[in-house]
Amino acid sequence: MTRLTHNVLIVALAVMLAGSALPAQSPALSGQTPALSVPYTQFTLPNGLNVILHRDTSVPVVAVNLWYHVGSANERVGRTGFAHLFEHVMFEGSMHVPEGSFDTWLEAAGANNNGSTNTDRTNYYIDLPANALELALFLESDRMGFLLDDKAPGKVDGQRDVVKNEKRQSVDNQPYGQAFVELSSLLYPPGHPYSWPVIGSMEDLTAASFEDVARFFRTYYVPNNASLVIAGDIDLANTRKLVEKWFDDVARGKPVEPLATPTAVLDGVKRKTITDRVQLPRLYLAWHTPGLLKPGDATMDMVANLLSSGKNSRLYRRLVYDLQIAQDVAAFQQSQALGSNFIIMATARPGQDLGKIQAVIDEELDQLRAEAPGGREMTRALNQTEASFYRNMERVGGFGGKADQLNAYFKAAGTPDFFDQDLARYRTVTAAEVQAAVGRYLPKDRRVELSVIPGDKK
Amino acid sequence: MMKALTLLVTLVASVSLVAQQPDRKQPPPLGPAPALKLPAIQKHQLSNGLAVWIVEHHEVPLAQINLIVRSGSAADPIGKYGVGSLTAAMLDEGAGARSSLEFADAVEFLGANLSTSSSFDASSIRMSVPVSKLAEALPLMSDVALRPSFPATELDRLRKERLTSLLQARDNAGALVQLAFPRIVFGPTHRYGTSANGLPATIEALTVDDLKTFYRSHFRPDNATLLVVGDLTLSTALPMLEQAFGGWKADGMVSLVAAVPNAPQLTTRQIYLVDKPEAAQSQIRIGWVGVSRATPDYAVLEVLNTILGGSFTSRLNQNLREKNGYAYGASSGFDRRLSAGPFVAAAGVQTDKTADALREFFNELNGILTPVPADELAKARSYVALGFPGEFETTGDMARKLEELVVYNLPDTTFSNFVPSVTAVTAADLQRAAARFIQPERMAVVVVGDLKLIEGPIRALNLGPITHVPVDNLFR
Repeated sequence: MTRLTHNVLIVALAVMLAGSALPAQSPALSGQTPALSVPYTQFTLPNGLNVILHRDTSVPVVAVNLWYHVGSANERVGRTGFAHLFEHVMFEGSMHVPEGSFDTWLEAAGANNNGSTNTDRTNYYIDLPANALELALFLESDRMGFLLDDKAPGKVDGQRDVVKNEKRQSVDNQPYGQAFVELSSLLYPPGHPYSWPVIGSMEDLTAASFEDVARFFRTYYVPNNASLVIAGDIDLANTRKLVEKWFDDVARGKPVEPLATPTAVLDGVKRKTITDRVQLPRLYLAWHTPGLLKPGDATMDMVANLLSSGKNSRLYRRLVYDLQIAQDVAAFQQSQALGSNFIIMATARPGQDLGKIQAVIDEELDQLRAEAPGGREMTRALNQTEASFYRNMERVGGFGGKADQLNAYFKAAGTPDFFDQDLARYRTVTAAEVQAAVGRYLPKDRRVELSVIPGDKK
Repeated sequence: MMKALTLLVTLVASVSLVAQQPDRKQPPPLGPAPALKLPAIQKHQLSNGLAVWIVEHHEVPLAQINLIVRSGSAADPIGKYGVGSLTAAMLDEGAGARSSLEFADAVEFLGANLSTSSSFDASSIRMSVPVSKLAEALPLMSDVALRPSFPATELDRLRKERLTSLLQARDNAGALVQLAFPRIVFGPTHRYGTSANGLPATIEALTVDDLKTFYRSHFRPDNATLLVVGDLTLSTALPMLEQAFGGWKADGMVSLVAAVPNAPQLTTRQIYLVDKPEAAQSQIRIGWVGVSRATPDYAVLEVLNTILGGSFTSRLNQNLREKNGYAYGASSGFDRRLSAGPFVAAAGVQTDKTADALREFFNELNGILTPVPADELAKARSYVALGFPGEFETTGDMARKLEELVVYNLPDTTFSNFVPSVTAVTAADLQRAAARFIQPERMAVVVVGDLKLIEGPIRALNLGPITHVPVDNLFR
């Protein structure tokens, strides 16, 4: 339907760049299909704003996609959830845009828009009919350059209430909602930027002040810490002129230093059991794995595919299909800039216990450690991944559309048209590498084991 | 530190004076909006009479093939609610010469996505596949459609999965309200009153024969249409489609399904409460029997609902989220089916503001009955009309739009007529439609939440008689 939310997408980047997972050689789709390519024009304004243009005239729509290279990892202890709260304030108007007009003007032009925050970045999109491009540039440049006016403190209070209800809806009132909060604090030492959830805590959301907003804005929401993609039915030369017109008067900020955070490690098994008002127990296993686009990242995506994608995947087949002791199982590589996590989760069927489920998972991991996967299994996963790359190129706008992907690649790889190189990461993973990666990154004696069992809500 | 920053700002600002200066005093004027350009639908019949619609879409080397059967859960016999949905789910659990696992392997090996599902109005087999693999994938799809084997062991597995899902619904206020609201509005016997998946007692009792009977009655070429969208041409696609689907023959007699009768309309406002102890939010649904897809007021109701709760700037969202902060979001909508589906206004609201939120819901439901200001009407018309071309972007989007024409038997001109009819909607149209389709004093109010905290304040609102609905009742 339409945007009714400005949401937190915690695993957006992982999903966007990985889709599922994949492996190597044999009668793959490759060879029959042309190289993936998204032609683009790139330039940088004097204030440091990176601009990427891509023309696609298949529908008369333009996607304006803006990334600020700041996420919850940039927050400080005592102000968790702030990057996301700030994202909400960005929709409440700016110096030349009265409160409420951001959305009103866009809807009157037939546009949809939204934003999301994860650990590493905050993204905003406006999808609109091609004739309305300049309206989006006016609105984006105004909130980049002139967000704070005398009405801003009241806007922070209003969105604080909304965000608290987002937390109630998406975490507190969700079965097993506390599990990922627990996983973050079990995986990372106190003070590590990934040790708190993107949504933050109620206390910290209450404590956030207008002064925090002003400082955050001046530090991170500067053109030299942002990248703007405009994709769709555009004229390249004219669009460049319009971008210069609207963004040239936005002031450059101080350089944003990259986060220097030591790699988190686990030196043993961290076990915890929590209770929730649920009918069925659920098990979570979690490890530290290579960061986004680092060597091993694509391999772990492939491991995830082999474990839980489709009925023939190893964990699904054992736990859900054959033994029927689990209602569901999922394995995924949550790729993040400062280091990723590999997570396996499974929900017990009525009357089944988590110990048995964990034992089966360990049997399957042992099996992969002992023997490289077969050729057909690898090819099946690669073919699924290749097809998902094509499907991801069908849509220009929104979360995960081409414009968003160009920005994701620009931030993570330094080049927007990284589609074919990204796919090549998967094409070159070998069965032996999969086997070795399970041995190296998913050790039985260094991981988090979290159980959620029926009881009172914690 | 601050000084250095200021210096930089000055420097950049002086440079930009040379460039074209933006006028920020008002939003920039917009040029004329692009027109909707729809590709032609090429209509054909296979030798067995199966209708095939093809739309060429040469952007990405993908094909989307949707086989739409014009019978869904609304065709479930009384006592067997859930059979249509389970039949659709079982189609790929063994088909042709392949077992469930072999079939999944074959599909995934081609990089195809194949899903089988149903709604109240139709059953669907949808496949997305790289065009280079289309010739290999079509025989798999036709196995699912023409030669499903319905193995008993797979039925037992899916049955347990569905029963477990229903058990898990008890964990979630959102899932509970999804079961409670239609049950209350449509009643326990009308098909729309029970979830398409059915409830434990019927799911327990369904047999392979029940599924085969449903399949034989409804999955037939004279009750189906094949929709093909993608990077292909009519001349290359037709022979492949003929080979895969041309041998499909109707078995037995035609059993055309009449639409279920419209449910009787509610007459008085009543409040229904479902207890969910310790819930951080209350899930609210307010509504009654709405309209069918065939309503002549389709465009008017699109605009009306956009204003009430169908967009971010809608009245419900502005009130409950932006003005009062009671909710993360609030919305409303008409679910238009072959027969009149529900109208519902919805939100999850923080527990201690439940009664306040209900009061604001009714302020907005009553407010929409009075004339809508011209600028608000203009904004809503533009939002609906100008956003429409974006709904045809991908092969999957396009195929879904074609499904609407098939399932609701709409003329090809439906989409080209939509924008002009939206643009023509007047304030008087809205008032007439609101008076008829939004009658707040006759709607059901369903709240799932922590009753020990919310019931007192709700009673104090005096909205109408209050009924407690035990959670167990939602599952039988």
